[in-house]
Amino acid sequence: MAVAEQQSLETPAQKADARVPTVIVDDVHIVYKVYGAGTGKGSATAALGRLLLRRGSPNVRRVHAVKGVTFTAYRGEAIGIIGSNGSGKSTLLRAIAGLLPPERGRVYTDGQPSLLGVNAALMNDLTGATNVILGGLAMGMSREEVRGRYQGIVDFSGINEKGDFISLPMRTYSSGMAARLRFSIAAAKNHDVLMIDEALATGDRAFQRRSEERIRELRKEAGTVFLVSHNNNSIRDTCDRVVWLEKGELLMDGPTDEVIKAYEKHTK
Amino acid sequence: MSTVSETTHNGAVAVGAPPAPAADDGLSPSQLAAKYGLSVSGARPGLAEYTRQLWGRRHFINEFAKARTAAQYTQARLGQLWQVMTPLLNAAVYYLIFGVLIGTRKGVDNFIAFLVTGIFIFTFTQSSVMSGVRAVAGNLGLIRALHFPRASMPIAFTLMQLQQLMMSMFVLIAIVLMTGEVPDASWLLLIPALLTQWVFNTGLAMIVARLGSKMTDLAQLMPFMLRTWMYTSGVMYSIENLTSKAPHFVRVLLDINPAAVYIDLARFALIDSVTSSQLPPHVWISALAWALLVGVGGYIYFWKAEEQYGRG
Repeated sequence: MAVAEQQSLETPAQKADARVPTVIVDDVHIVYKVYGAGTGKGSATAALGRLLLRRGSPNVRRVHAVKGVTFTAYRGEAIGIIGSNGSGKSTLLRAIAGLLPPERGRVYTDGQPSLLGVNAALMNDLTGATNVILGGLAMGMSREEVRGRYQGIVDFSGINEKGDFISLPMRTYSSGMAARLRFSIAAAKNHDVLMIDEALATGDRAFQRRSEERIRELRKEAGTVFLVSHNNNSIRDTCDRVVWLEKGELLMDGPTDEVIKAYEKHTK
Repeated sequence: MSTVSETTHNGAVAVGAPPAPAADDGLSPSQLAAKYGLSVSGARPGLAEYTRQLWGRRHFINEFAKARTAAQYTQARLGQLWQVMTPLLNAAVYYLIFGVLIGTRKGVDNFIAFLVTGIFIFTFTQSSVMSGVRAVAGNLGLIRALHFPRASMPIAFTLMQLQQLMMSMFVLIAIVLMTGEVPDASWLLLIPALLTQWVFNTGLAMIVARLGSKMTDLAQLMPFMLRTWMYTSGVMYSIENLTSKAPHFVRVLLDINPAAVYIDLARFALIDSVTSSQLPPHVWISALAWALLVGVGGYIYFWKAEEQYGRG
């Protein structure tokens, strides 16, 4: 797996010098521990027996989500990550972002890669306005930055188009409205290495167009973009390189057209 | 998009082997990373850098604590009023059991003020620990989604408890005034007492947050440990009266207990009949020592596992 960088091509040297790596994934393995997943006996006596016999609980399952993936991403690239459900795409993104420590192997990055998304920081019981501030701060903006961008975020989300909804708790929003606000908050910040996890298809037509435009803007500002999606068309539109994961292993890595063609053949 | 990568990717469909620039030929991933100054993603920063990052996130910590507190009661009709009602009801229950039914009030002047102070001060530590246990384990979604120093979580949760304590203090002062205490300068001693206790609580919350992130059963076990701690901390009885015939070391052990130290200080500040002669020796020093030891120790202990918390 570590031979990734040893393959030489007929690329001219001067062009190679322009290629600056921004993310190096070096033989990364990721193992999850999942509690309460077992099919074993869940009774108290069974648990006590295991404890006495010093046997591991069958309720704790180890899931080997990513198995030895190696690749290098360069500045200016937009890389699509494809694969069937549960193939380890999102997990790999989290490891690149440094949010999930790999069991083995390493991820090297230039600057701080960030996932596009703040869903986890938002609280449904609070108003949209509070959530804009909370989400902005959670993504690492300063208080002044949040204040400065507040109106922009609200306008972009279009939440207030039909009345003053931003001052209502988020739990009263329709799922489309909530998704729009979440995307607007998340997309308010610029990133060095940007990772988008299927965040594109939210909201109505008009909002989708606006968000795609915003993603394009973010892409321009970001050094490197990763996009996880099941929509092959959106990958074709935005990515020039595709990494195909299957069962946690890297199956193929190359130009978009070739990999997607092979992927489509495989899934048919 | 970028023409550079398109040209270099020609024919590069070899499984698991992306192309590399010729100039970087033969470099291992780690050498390549070193050449371009890339750093390991998710590595733990040094303690000073970590503290700086944490300070940079102070507004987030504050906002998170505020939001959590506000969200807590939004579904209840009485809303934030519960912040005051909960400690009041607690005090009423304990008074009924210990003051009226069991009668541990013997030999204690102004038992109501004595009991309520004890309960509120202990509850501050207790709820800090309880929320600390779940601070990391209960917020994995957030930890796996965004970057921030993980110590923000236990700190935010103890900040919530500090805010709750402020509410309790209004109730406490009202009760203490009703029982006939007169405000004087010694009431100001409450401020350093509560501050040192808050530092102690934060450190303790960080310790249990790290433990709780690995041992998920700790959240179930914690209430029992905390109850044992409460019953040995002189919340509803006077340690001095109880241990008058006990061996000296028992007294020393009970007195050095940090919960007892902070309770003693608060009682000393608020209640006139609790005089300095009733306080254990060096009580301010032990309050400060506990705060420093557990506060700083807990912070370092938590930081040591910083990069692990996302794993769960």
